[in-house]
Amino acid sequence: MNAPEAKSGFRHVGTRPVRPDGIDKVTGKAIYSPDFVAPGMLQGAILRSPHPHARIRSIDTSKAEALPGVKAIVTADDFPTLKSLMVTMGESAGNIIHVSRKCMAQGKVLYDGHAVAAVAATSAVIAAEALKLIEVDYEVLPHVIDIDEAMQPDAPLLHEDMVTEGVQPRPDKPSNIPTYVSKTKGDVAEALGRAAAVVEGRYSMPMVHQGYIEPHACVASWNADGQANIWCSTQGAFVVRMLTASVLGISQADIRVTPLEIGGGFGGKTTVYLEPVAMLLSRKSGRPVRLAMTREEVFRASGPAPGVQIDFKIGATADGYLLGADLSMKYNVGAFPGNGVQVGLITALYHYRFESFAMHGWNVVTNMPGIHAYRAPCAPQVNFAVESAIDELAYKLGIDPIELRLKNAVVPGDPGFTGGTLGEIGFVECLEAAKAHPHYSAPLGPNQGRGVAASYWINAGGPSVAAVSLAEDGSVLVTTGSPDIGGSRASMAIMAAETLCIPYEKVRVTIADTSAIGFSMVTGGSRTTYATGKAVIEAAETIISIMKARAAGMWGVDVADVAWGDGEAICLDPAKDNQRLPIGKIAARMNNTGGPISAEASVNPHDYLPAFGVHICDSEVDPETGQTTIVRYTAIQDVGRAIHADYCEGQIQGGAVQGIGWALNEAFIHDKAGRLDNPGFLDYRVPVCSDLPMIDTVMVEKPNPAHPFGVKGVGEVPIVPPLATVANAVSRAAGVRIRDLPLSPDRVYSAIKSKG
Amino acid sequence: MTKQFVTTTVNGDTAEFICEPGESLLDALRGRLQLTGSKEGCGSGDCGACTILLDGEMVCSCLVFAAEAEGRVIETVEGMADGSVLHPVQRKFLEHAALQCGFCTPGFLVATKALLDHNPDPSEHEIRYWLAGNLCRCTGYDKIVRAVQDTAREMRNERKTA
Repeated sequence: MNAPEAKSGFRHVGTRPVRPDGIDKVTGKAIYSPDFVAPGMLQGAILRSPHPHARIRSIDTSKAEALPGVKAIVTADDFPTLKSLMVTMGESAGNIIHVSRKCMAQGKVLYDGHAVAAVAATSAVIAAEALKLIEVDYEVLPHVIDIDEAMQPDAPLLHEDMVTEGVQPRPDKPSNIPTYVSKTKGDVAEALGRAAAVVEGRYSMPMVHQGYIEPHACVASWNADGQANIWCSTQGAFVVRMLTASVLGISQADIRVTPLEIGGGFGGKTTVYLEPVAMLLSRKSGRPVRLAMTREEVFRASGPAPGVQIDFKIGATADGYLLGADLSMKYNVGAFPGNGVQVGLITALYHYRFESFAMHGWNVVTNMPGIHAYRAPCAPQVNFAVESAIDELAYKLGIDPIELRLKNAVVPGDPGFTGGTLGEIGFVECLEAAKAHPHYSAPLGPNQGRGVAASYWINAGGPSVAAVSLAEDGSVLVTTGSPDIGGSRASMAIMAAETLCIPYEKVRVTIADTSAIGFSMVTGGSRTTYATGKAVIEAAETIISIMKARAAGMWGVDVADVAWGDGEAICLDPAKDNQRLPIGKIAARMNNTGGPISAEASVNPHDYLPAFGVHICDSEVDPETGQTTIVRYTAIQDVGRAIHADYCEGQIQGGAVQGIGWALNEAFIHDKAGRLDNPGFLDYRVPVCSDLPMIDTVMVEKPNPAHPFGVKGVGEVPIVPPLATVANAVSRAAGVRIRDLPLSPDRVYSAIKSKG
Repeated sequence: MTKQFVTTTVNGDTAEFICEPGESLLDALRGRLQLTGSKEGCGSGDCGACTILLDGEMVCSCLVFAAEAEGRVIETVEGMADGSVLHPVQRKFLEHAALQCGFCTPGFLVATKALLDHNPDPSEHEIRYWLAGNLCRCTGYDKIVRAVQDTAREMRNERKTA
């Protein structure tokens, strides 16, 4: 808790009040998706493929249908045939055909765990029994997991009609490469030829998973008149509505999606896997149906983050100015084309002023689950390569690694990542704060090493709606369509209370269902406090205007003679003796002075700013086992301005620890048969409490001039630097550079042994 | 197989339910008794979201058969507060913002209560190892550990003044 407390000029912004939904969440009252019960509800279950790649010759459900208690069975035959259509889900985009095929395999199974049939029954026991009675005749096909193997001309083809986009002329043969992208600036070969030092290497990491603790679950109820309710755990009820309606070919207004409390998402809950299936089971059975994944199903059949293989060559002058970067990126996007390397391209190099660069990138499909968004999606992978190489370059040139970054860091006015110029970014301020932090100059013990890395994330804006209304006693209701995944009810209440100049406790926040408020984009992209916050502030400002007009009417003065401050209207007309009308008195009379006081704001802002982070890590490596211990960790970030200081720090700490897990332990491991070998928390090892020290945070505050309180996005950038930060620390501690993740004890031990 | 009739004590009250022989205590608490505060994150004893006290001992309720609850004393997150007065650890988790999504929180609260019942003055090291069976993917554990330290401090002071 080392952040500045309430800033001068603010009464609530930057403080740390208890969240409005707190008591429900510490007493077990909060209803998460697996907790929800609808009257008459059936229990569903999904049959999943044991093969990573196979043609489905036939599915015989007759024995399962005959089992007493089975009320409905669904297969691919129950899904409508869809036309190709690109849809956006917030931080990711995809073809609706692939969204549908992630819910249910059609013709072929493409990964171990791919859904092939679903059952609804009067109990979970009967549903599980029914799955065993479904007979699927598979023609098993050769599979491919490895990026290089999948790119070979004779590799098993996942999609017979998939041709590489972005290559001219268009290839005449299908391949496992859906996308090629490139971008160049200047002459890299010439620039690298002039370099005093060059670093070159191949970097890799396997797929990893978001690892939210709450498995996906939903209840769907689809009536005979076509209207439906879905209750689920999601980062975006509107994206569930749009995807479910599109997959099923029905009207969006017929589906009312109620977002229940969400047990973690990190990007992974911005799509649908279960909802369309539960809808079909409900229509067939005429009853509400629950579908819930087990932990094993979450690992095998939801959307992980891509594994990568990256070749990187970088050169600098003797005094540390970056000359050129040559970057080749291959992203393993799993079974379907996804947004992988496209994001890698814009998150790789733009935090430094390279004289020249050449970037080439390929997405590669393999027989693994299709990727989905994971916190700053696709940025940590390429940042690991870039920031590892920068570290090596600094070491080679004998320049302090923060100093080298400062020499090359972008500043406001430099070219932006996607065109235009950079606004009020705080990269240099973060680097300076890191250099000045006591951690950076603290002594190291034996077998310890210190690593540093820096990164950025583009952040997002986009559409949000918020409504603000007054109760008759002057207390305030705020309604948004942005699910609260980690304290955003508190930040919305703070922003409304700040705008209205009233106590925080007088504001209560509700997350509405899709039929109760207008469209909002997902809670993702680090956009909620910024964009939905803007909608809340704008609606609250409208409320103030209305209240001023009502007060003017009550006093009989011109509205221009009314000001708002300290939760009350203030009469500026000297003849009226500076009278005041508190919010409670205006509210009490609102239905006699013009009617209910209520306002809705619909916003679509794009004046967000990117976030920058710099992390410092001390690691200790046991030379006899290769085991790494994180001894000390400091995360520095430009947050724009912290609205709720604790939840801002919490985002930074949580992101850093997910990144530490990614660096040290986490990996999808497939056996020779192409089956996921570690679909559980015992073998897919996320960080536990005893693995970690405290995570110190420093919040640099360089406000975003386009947000009334200065908000920049906070949630995602903290997962980007840790991969290289930890790898740089481990490489220094072990005395040998390791370019492959995770830095498991066996890998580190082998590296130590191989250096001799 | 024959269903089992179980009589047990949950949060101080007698509770009765009928369950399948292979049913977990977690499923019985959530499905039969509508006590959905205890969560299932894994079903294999790896995440700790279903942590309860069984005769005062901390267990993963997903690893206990419901039928084993016969005649035993169960405490869950729903029983931690004294009426509307929160247990100190519940209050400190809120004050320290030691939860983000809140899904792992019931398990952490019960595990912390068990720790402090057993060791009123744990070191940071002891706290981290005691809670190593409870996964949190949101917070990075920093604020959880601080909340536990602060709870222990407050409960020790209350004992001194009592």
